[in-house]
Amino acid sequence: MNKDYIASLITKNMREDGRDLLEYRKPIKIEYGISAKSAEGSARVIIGDTEVVAGVKLDVGEPFPDTPDDGVLMVGAELLPLSNPEFESGPPDIQAVELARVIDRGIRESNAIDTKKLCIKPGEKVWLVFLDIYPINDAGNLFDAGALAAIAALKDAKFPFYDKKEEKIDYHKKTKEPLPLLDEPIECTVLKIKNGFIVDPIIEEEKAMDARLTVAITKNGNICALQKGGEVPVTIEEVDKMIDIATQKTKELRKVLQ
Amino acid sequence: MYKKRFDDRKFDELRPISAKTGVVKRADGSAMFRIGNTVALAAVYGPRELYPKFLQSPEKGILRCNYNMMSFSGAGERVRPGPTRRSKEISLVMEKALLPVLDLSDYPNAVIDVFVELLQTDAGTRCAGITAAAMALADAGIPMKDLVSSISVGLVGNTVVVDLNKEEEDYEEGSVDIPIAMTPRTNELTLLQLDGIISKDKLLEALQLGKKACQEIYKIQQKALKESYSVAGGKNE
Repeated sequence: MNKDYIASLITKNMREDGRDLLEYRKPIKIEYGISAKSAEGSARVIIGDTEVVAGVKLDVGEPFPDTPDDGVLMVGAELLPLSNPEFESGPPDIQAVELARVIDRGIRESNAIDTKKLCIKPGEKVWLVFLDIYPINDAGNLFDAGALAAIAALKDAKFPFYDKKEEKIDYHKKTKEPLPLLDEPIECTVLKIKNGFIVDPIIEEEKAMDARLTVAITKNGNICALQKGGEVPVTIEEVDKMIDIATQKTKELRKVLQ
Repeated sequence: MYKKRFDDRKFDELRPISAKTGVVKRADGSAMFRIGNTVALAAVYGPRELYPKFLQSPEKGILRCNYNMMSFSGAGERVRPGPTRRSKEISLVMEKALLPVLDLSDYPNAVIDVFVELLQTDAGTRCAGITAAAMALADAGIPMKDLVSSISVGLVGNTVVVDLNKEEEDYEEGSVDIPIAMTPRTNELTLLQLDGIISKDKLLEALQLGKKACQEIYKIQQKALKESYSVAGGKNE
């Protein structure tokens, strides 16, 4: 399927799979605890044919010197060659790094995790939150699916038992205590192709895009992260419109998270 | 003496198993195999052209396996992403376990990639991976002389058991882990590894148990493959 065909459809308000321009694929599903015996928190997100899993591992370690009483969040993403014939084995490439960082920013900047509550002993011991995201089937829109899986895995997470005297974690003993969450950012990526805007692109649409804007929206409807991609510039008016679209669509995604 | 298993199973009893093919739509073939709390996903891509070119063989295609544990899939600390010596070795023995049933002579200069990802682990991961990979290869329509079914057997204390879980592997009086893979129609071993001290008698006893277990797994593999074809609208055999 070539780029021109996809673009010509969109100028006619049409899409290759028959959806409206601002319609997500169906179903949109979240399954919690997909690695409950191993991970402290985990979730699988399905948007149409796209499937992404995310998992949380907790550990105890030293805080960063400039934030001695804050826990640490580390977000990683690996574009598994299992999920897409174009992905290759090896250390995370720039695409994976961008995915991880955009999801990281949404969570970090919305203060989704109350990092002060992750402090065990200021300057010495804090909880480390490792959040890792893996596509299982990449049929497009890894940003939105990955961000949704990430927040779902954080919501699913429970602390393992920590022995303060011995300063050791017993991973086999899980407590009922959830991670201290203050917000639940949701990301929506809007693509511009010719003069049309679409959400939830399939792979062919991603390849035909001129520009994209990923918008992370907090519970209160504020913007907490932005990332523009693609090689074509956008005007301020277009950004305005894209943010409006993202704000609307994240409301739909938020319902799935509840 | 290990008289009663931690999870109350009989000594020759497998953990609950579920299996499904066609779980990764973008792949040419795929399968999920779950045994107890160990969950393996396998996806096959290919035959496709092999790069870099010097790796190509003009006589036949090449099988390339990649085993990976997701960072959150271990019961203890986070697994650091990326290949390790362990994962590289497992990838290698997986290739050796699967190759004997494949006929790749029709695919010169090509590669068949098998990616195995572990979502959750409770021992027996390479065996679950091989079993899933064999199903994924069949699902991809690669010519095969047989399937490959895989299980771990071994000793817990001094008792021969099949399908050790992590708790049994870590048994304080010692354990022996013997991952095996068999071609179920001819009952030949394509994977045999062993860690621990065991007498020859016990080893042979364990292998007999393993042979029986592989037959059970074979039936589950066949069933999952047939189910995927009936869903696709094909005629049942």
